[in-house]
Amino acid sequence: MAADPIHQFEIKNLFSLGHVGGQEIAFTNSTLFMLIAFAIITALMIGATASRALVPGRMQAVAEMSYEFIATTLRSSAGTEGMKFFPLVFTLFMFIVTLNMIGIVPYTFTVTSHIIITVMLSMLVFLTVIVYGFWKNGLRFFKLFVPSGIPIYILPLVTLIEVMSFLSRPISHSVRLFANMLAGHITLKVFGSFVTMLGGLGLVGWIGAVLPLSLTVALTALELLVAFLQAYVFTILTCIYLNDSIHPGH
Amino acid sequence: MVRAASGAVYCREVFFLWRMVDIMSDNTRKEGPREGQTTEEAILSARLARLGKELGHHEASRPAEPSPGARSVSDPSAMARGFRLSTELVAGVLVGAGIGWLLDRWLGISPWGLIVFLLLGFVAGVLNVMRAAGVVAPNRLDRSDPGR
Repeated sequence: MAADPIHQFEIKNLFSLGHVGGQEIAFTNSTLFMLIAFAIITALMIGATASRALVPGRMQAVAEMSYEFIATTLRSSAGTEGMKFFPLVFTLFMFIVTLNMIGIVPYTFTVTSHIIITVMLSMLVFLTVIVYGFWKNGLRFFKLFVPSGIPIYILPLVTLIEVMSFLSRPISHSVRLFANMLAGHITLKVFGSFVTMLGGLGLVGWIGAVLPLSLTVALTALELLVAFLQAYVFTILTCIYLNDSIHPGH
Repeated sequence: MVRAASGAVYCREVFFLWRMVDIMSDNTRKEGPREGQTTEEAILSARLARLGKELGHHEASRPAEPSPGARSVSDPSAMARGFRLSTELVAGVLVGAGIGWLLDRWLGISPWGLIVFLLLGFVAGVLNVMRAAGVVAPNRLDRSDPGR
C-alpha cells in the first residue's frame, strides 16, 4: 500500500442508501468528508459567532477574518454590486478551503482531488454567470462574444474563438484545483514511501532516509500553502467571471 | 451601581440595541441622550454614533465598480500564476478538440472538424493565456459604446 501513491484517492462505499434506476446510491468516504467539512464550517460560523463579543475571541476572529477576506476580494474584483453573490462565493471558498485543509491531515481523504467535484463546482459558477448574464443584460450578453472594431471579414472567426475561449473557462477553472490537489498528494506519498523503502536497507538506508523525510516535511508546508492558494484562486476566478455577468458594459 | 463585569455586558447590549435600532430606523438616528440614561452611556452612544457615521463614510467611498488594476494583481504568487496560465492554454485546446470531434461524429466530415477546431482551440487557448497575463485587455462590452 505504501508503494501505491494512487491508493489514497480510492472511493470506498461505507454503506448503501438504496438504488435509483439500477444505480447504487452509496454513502462513500467522499460523502463522509464533505459532511465533516460542512460540520466544521457550521461550527465555525454559528458556534464561534454565537457570543457576539465586541472584542472577538480566537474563533470569532477567524470567522470575522474569513468574512472580511472574501468580502474584500469580491468587492475589489466584482464591485459592490457583486456583493449580492457573496453567499455563493463565501460558501465556495469555505467549502474548498476546508476540504483542502482536511486533506493534508494524514489518513484523511481529499475530496477536491476528484475532478467530478471540481467540475460540478465550476459548472455551478459557469451556469450562474450565463443565467444571471442573460437575466440582467438580455441578448446584449451575446455581445461579449462579438468584439467591436473588427473588420467584418474576420468577425466570424474572432467570434468563434471568443466562444471557445468562453467555453474553456469551466475546464481551466476545475482542472486547476483538481490537478494541484492530486499532484501534491501524490508527491507527498511518493516521498513518504522513499523513507520506508530506504529504511529497509539497514543503517545506511536509515541515514539516507533523512533526506526524503526532510523533503516530506517541506512538501507538507508547501501543500498547506497550495491548499489555501488554490481555494483562493478558485474564489477570485469566480469573482472575475461573475463580474462579466454583472458589468458587461460600464 | 453595577459591578464592572455586568457593566461591560450592559454596554455590549446597548451597543447591539443601538445597532438594531440604527438598521431598523434606516439611519435616522436620534442625537443626544434619552431619558434615564447616565452620562457615561450618553458619551458612549455619542461615540458609537460618530463611529457609525465614519464607517458609513468609509463604506460609501468604496468604488462601486472594480478598478482595472485589481485584475493584474489578483494572483497571489508566481507559482499559482504559472499554473493558471498553463491550464488556460490546455483548456482552450481541449475545448477545440472536443468540439471538432463532436462535429466529426455528427456531420461525418472526419477529419476536417478536428483539424480546424483544434487549431481554433489553440488560438482560443493563446488568447486565454494573454488575457490571464494581462497582455490583452479583457473582453468587455463597453468598447462598443464608449459614450455611455
